[in-house]
Amino acid sequence: MNVTRGFSGRPRVHNPGLPPGQYDARGDWPVLSAEVTPDLAATDWSFRIDGLVERPHTWDWDTAHALPASAYEGDIHCVTGWSKFGVRFGGVSLDAFLDVVRPQGSATHALAHSHTGYTANLPLADLTGGRAWIAWEYDGAPLAPEHGGPARLLVPHLYFWKSAKWIAGITLLDHDEPGFWERNGYHTRGNPWEEQRYSGD
Amino acid sequence: MTETVTGTTTPLTRFAVPGRIAVNGPTETAWQTATLTEIRRETPHAATFRLAVPAWAGHLPGQHLMLRLTAADGYAAQRHYSIASAPDDSGHIELTLDRVPGGEVSGWFHTVARPGDTIEVRGPLSGFFAWPGDRPALLLGAGSGVVPLMSMVRHHRARGLAFPLRMLVSARSPEELIYASELGAETTPVFTRSAPPGVAVGRMTAAHVAPLLAEPPVGGWEAYVCGSNGFAEHASRLLVAAGQPVERIRIERFG
Ligand SMILES: Cc1cc2nc3c(=O)[nH]c(=O)nc-3n(C[C@H](O)[C@H](O)[C@H](O)COP(=O)(O)OP(=O)(O)OC[C@H]3O[C@@H](n4cnc5c(N)ncnc54)[C@H](O)[C@@H]3O)c2cc1C
Repeated sequence: MNVTRGFSGRPRVHNPGLPPGQYDARGDWPVLSAEVTPDLAATDWSFRIDGLVERPHTWDWDTAHALPASAYEGDIHCVTGWSKFGVRFGGVSLDAFLDVVRPQGSATHALAHSHTGYTANLPLADLTGGRAWIAWEYDGAPLAPEHGGPARLLVPHLYFWKSAKWIAGITLLDHDEPGFWERNGYHTRGNPWEEQRYSGD
Repeated sequence: MTETVTGTTTPLTRFAVPGRIAVNGPTETAWQTATLTEIRRETPHAATFRLAVPAWAGHLPGQHLMLRLTAADGYAAQRHYSIASAPDDSGHIELTLDRVPGGEVSGWFHTVARPGDTIEVRGPLSGFFAWPGDRPALLLGAGSGVVPLMSMVRHHRARGLAFPLRMLVSARSPEELIYASELGAETTPVFTRSAPPGVAVGRMTAAHVAPLLAEPPVGGWEAYVCGSNGFAEHASRLLVAAGQPVERIRIERFG
């Protein structure tokens, strides 16, 4: 351990919900996207699942909203160090979308992509079992454009760069294919509890 | 992107990682001890901290690092900081930190730190905001957002690069303009609260950006925008409105 002379830090708060190396951003919700926030109306939004599925399918705003509503209430963790507690997102569970397209047995990974061209890769297992959503509401209001509105992917158990903003589609694959930050040196999975920030962590 | 998707088309990627930039390897992700060798005041709220990092792997202008301070009981605070210095082989790098009110890490740097202190760094990180000096660069920054852009300006000068490089930098006042004495003809400062006599006060506008985009250099500009999220949203919209292609705008938001 390399102790920094004269550094004591903030008063310690024991918070079992805080992954290692993270701090509580409280009221803040920093925005860290690397691209221009797109001018994307809900009526122009679409979401497609394709790749290794039985029936590729594209939803628009109305057909996506016709699926059963599902909410996430819990915490989110950003690789830059902040975590945010007790956030509320509304949308549809990704399971409901996957039930329509029916993943093939050979599908093991997914590449999510945004209307901006941003991409993020995930193991398929991280997107199923009630752990991932397509979200269009935050705290009961429409999701703001800088936070990914009209709709973003939400995978709250992984670092938040995996939760692709302005989600346009997910392609199922039989191998892992690095996305935008993953090609820029970030960890392929990004589990905050194992502090998987950068490749090699 | 390799076309390895089975049975479908690869999603279109207008906005992609430049293949020209190598990403971090094992050296870059390991924590290293850095020794503070010099502190230089830049403005009433910002100072530059020079660090000796003997095993520094080298960086490209625009990249950042992660920095960690550790208390005696093992508690650690880590934050990202852009690298202000141009790449060189001095075994030193420089960071410029704003003093954030109540800030845990910047507060330590501004009130406790002195030459001889050691801290830990890992990096350089992230290739997306890097400028290797291979194309014309249009830089828009505000506040401490000028830090990674200054690394590009310094690199451009140190190498005597022929590509055009222009910078628009927004500060509250001339006193708050970081690196003021180092800025040259490539830079146009914009003052939001108070300005020298005869200079307009106000935020960056289309009038600042339009002339640069009216006559873009051969091959067009690669635009780099850095600062708070509010500034990044504003400046990137100005660029798009002036005709800069979105896929050639790279943004580093400090949160
Ligand atoms: C890629 C990147 C590059 C960056 N480059 C630079 C750079 O070159 N220069 C620079 O100056 N900054 C840079 N930053 C910002 C930097 O990482 C820090 O966010 C900044 O220095 C503030 O950190 P801090 O520890 O001083 O403040 P923090 O302790 O993080 O506090 C920030 C604010 O939140 C409040 N706060 C937060 N949590 C608590 C709490 N638990 N209790 C009380 N108050 C709290 C503080 O009072 C303060 O107002 C960069 C950020 C990113 C993401």
